[in-house]
Amino acid sequence: MSDQITEPQQGGAKKSSIAHRLYTGEISYDFIGHRRRWYTVSAVLLLISILALSIRGFNMGIEFRGGADFQAPIAVTATTVDDVRTAVEELNLPQNDDLSVTTVGDNTVRVQTRPLVEAEVTAVKGAIAEVAGIQPDEVAYSLIGASWGQQITTQAAIALVVFLVLVMGLIWAYFREFKMSIAAILALLHDLIVTVGVYALVGFTVTPATMIGVLTILGYSLYDTVVVFDKIRENTRDLTNTRHTYSFQANNAVNQVLVRSLNTTIIGVLPVAALLFTGWFILGTGPLKDLGLALFVGMVAGAYSSIFIATPLLAQMREADPDMREHRERLSRRAARATEKHGHKPKAVTVAVGDPTATPVDPSTLGLVSAKDVDPGTRRQPSRQSRNQRRK
Amino acid sequence: MATTSRKHTHPLRTLVILGLVIVALFTMIGFSGVWSPKLGLDLRGGTTITLTASNVTGSGTVDPASLELARTIIQQRVDSIGVGESEVTTSGDRQIVVSVPNVQRDELVRMVGQTAQLYFRKVYAAEASTGGATQPSATASAQPTTEPSASPSATPNKRPMPGLPTPVPSPRPTAPSGETTALADLLKWTPSDRDNSEFAAFQCDQPSPTPDVTDQPLITCDQTKSYKYLLGPVLIRGEQVTRAIAAVPQNSVSWVVELEFNSQGAADFQAVTAHLSGQASPQNQFGIVLDGTVISAPSVGTEYSAGIAGGKAEISGSFTQKSAQELANVLTYGALPLSFEISSVDNVSAKLGGDQLQAGIIAGLIGLALVLAYSILYYRGLALVVSLSLVVAGALTWALVVLLGTSMGFALNLPGIAGAIVAIGVTADSFIIYFERIRDEVREGRSLRTAIETGWVRSRKTIVVADSVSLLSAVVLFVLAIGAVKGFAFTLGLTTLIDLAVVFFFTKPMMTLLGRTKFFGEGHRFSGFESEHMGASNPPLHNSRRTGAVVAGGEAR
Repeated sequence: MSDQITEPQQGGAKKSSIAHRLYTGEISYDFIGHRRRWYTVSAVLLLISILALSIRGFNMGIEFRGGADFQAPIAVTATTVDDVRTAVEELNLPQNDDLSVTTVGDNTVRVQTRPLVEAEVTAVKGAIAEVAGIQPDEVAYSLIGASWGQQITTQAAIALVVFLVLVMGLIWAYFREFKMSIAAILALLHDLIVTVGVYALVGFTVTPATMIGVLTILGYSLYDTVVVFDKIRENTRDLTNTRHTYSFQANNAVNQVLVRSLNTTIIGVLPVAALLFTGWFILGTGPLKDLGLALFVGMVAGAYSSIFIATPLLAQMREADPDMREHRERLSRRAARATEKHGHKPKAVTVAVGDPTATPVDPSTLGLVSAKDVDPGTRRQPSRQSRNQRRK
Repeated sequence: MATTSRKHTHPLRTLVILGLVIVALFTMIGFSGVWSPKLGLDLRGGTTITLTASNVTGSGTVDPASLELARTIIQQRVDSIGVGESEVTTSGDRQIVVSVPNVQRDELVRMVGQTAQLYFRKVYAAEASTGGATQPSATASAQPTTEPSASPSATPNKRPMPGLPTPVPSPRPTAPSGETTALADLLKWTPSDRDNSEFAAFQCDQPSPTPDVTDQPLITCDQTKSYKYLLGPVLIRGEQVTRAIAAVPQNSVSWVVELEFNSQGAADFQAVTAHLSGQASPQNQFGIVLDGTVISAPSVGTEYSAGIAGGKAEISGSFTQKSAQELANVLTYGALPLSFEISSVDNVSAKLGGDQLQAGIIAGLIGLALVLAYSILYYRGLALVVSLSLVVAGALTWALVVLLGTSMGFALNLPGIAGAIVAIGVTADSFIIYFERIRDEVREGRSLRTAIETGWVRSRKTIVVADSVSLLSAVVLFVLAIGAVKGFAFTLGLTTLIDLAVVFFFTKPMMTLLGRTKFFGEGHRFSGFESEHMGASNPPLHNSRRTGAVVAGGEAR
């Protein structure tokens, strides 16, 4: 049937036919067969992440350390940082060693100090305002108590655990397969560690918004995994009545949803990229940038892991199950018998005939069965034809 | 074809109902008269203070009732400095969040954070406040419920005051001296000239000239700001009140507040009441002062010349059940306050707020434009469905955020905007799952019209479960997150729900309808369903019964 689509139309047509060929299995990538390669890639990523975490640690934002943060609009010049620093230092606040003055973009100056009391806040605001030539009211500030960060971290840890438990439950309830939950959670942890590792490696500031972003990734990473697993489940329904292994069907599923996965990831990442862009270049700092960054890294990692990690893991685990082992043995016995009878060619037709009787009205299953897996030398089942062709 | 005719009305009806729902939502908005979402303080400027309560007993848990009481007290404090539109809310089991828009007063932080201070002071003078905002001066003096007399300890023997009450006021002490004065000496205290003159000049709409310091006099007002008081140093502290309840005594019909003191408090109370009972009004009155505001000024009757003994007392007056309960609460909890730590203060200038709002809108527009551009590129004509669906989702989100703002006080903050922007992707993802599924079905040889239906049945479950995961994370985050980022979880959750509604009640019926049109149903080159694009062997068929005609038409292009 695929011989009819060879006529090249235009650029778009060529691109889309890849999607089609992926779907039918005409072209496919053996994700599960090459799992070692991708496991290695991930292992390296994880190792780098963990090393970065343990060696560099996080650049924790002021929200976790406690302190005061002032931001004022100012036309940034070469001397801005020094001017502001001198002005604040001249206040002679006690124990103000960890004063930090930075500029954000070309129109904001940022001053960070230890936690201040009311009178000190007023003084610092005044000093900054004088340098910037603005009213003290235009200086925005945040004060963070020392224990606030601890509270946020505790809540985030609770949220993480609660979420993981709930999600395992939800996935198990939906897929009715505990191993799917395990694979999904492992992929999720993978995304989590990689995202967190990027933060440690690059030294992005960790803020409460980052934490929320990272926790949101958990949802998003699962979103991708759910889409892939959904297809796997569909493909492996009634598997023992077919002549395919779990790995084969899972791999088929990944190839079939590859385009969909790419599209959802791109569409998901686009608004996040907009957030990141605005946060980074227009505001320079704040929740848009922090959220955008965490989500951006996490979503890319999520798309990667659902395809390259979650699926091979699931296949590997399922293949170790007794029923799958039995199924494989049965298949190999059958293949061996076929070889004995008919020389080198396994008699695929025999098996396939039994299949339609199981689900005679579901053409999609038929389509999947005979997608690419059928030995190239074997003729297609007549029932593969579309209704249109049959009518002719 | 019986089913087809039934389905003919179905999608349209769904669309009409959805349209009516949207119209209804916007009608509600129209009635409330507020068309834009309530903005958080990070978008319009203001100060947000987060306080974390801890129990004075250190047992770890914070009683919700006392947290609520503390919230009320803090609300009164914030109101007392005269800033409009302030909001004090509890958050979680131990947080109180104070939001004050457009105020740049640094003392706010100190005022809000201090623990509730309850003191019993002696009243030296009480007057109707002529400048009180709540009472016109003409009637104020005409309704003296306690004592309208002018300052009793007058100032005749001193130098005459200049025009200004205090020409060069030396700052009053803001902290107690540290020396403890015997109660007997405290009772002998008399106001200075300065106290009297400042009291005479003071009106309730002004800030008090005296800080609330225990060994210093206090000039202040009652809660309604209609009476002003000159009060002596603190005689009894709130901690000495062990119990206060509102009750109706036997043989009585009116509410009273019953008080009990600890042993020290009982002794002091007896001494003070003995002293007060001999005084002329208003100097026979207690001023019960909470956070510098007189909440009650009961007088001691002359029959108690020996003082009220036994550490028990009763405040009677024209209480209602509510007012008696409130006073009892204040006396109890004012004495045993929660202690608060200021966890964070966020002050955003109006300019920065405006900048952040603008950036949020820009980010949203860029995000939307990118998503639309991508869907046009990849899905061609189907981008129409994507954009219409996003418009519907946008309208629903806008309406709900506005309505939640007016009804529940939900304020959209910057993380909230970020949540909505991220949701553009989540929403569009649902469409992709559906569209790709339709294409899969077509690849398997179904006609487009069938594929739209079967693809829906198959993708619907995926969409629901994927959205459930998204929703789940939003709910967990909303419940457990603290601070402004709650807004992110809220809008993300809300928009995920809206996404489900839009996919089910808009996108799907829309697809069914479009599948019947020539452009989409016959797989026009730009419809997003053209056969080459999907790589299907046959052009998707508008109607399988008209096979020949359609195939011919398709090839003619």
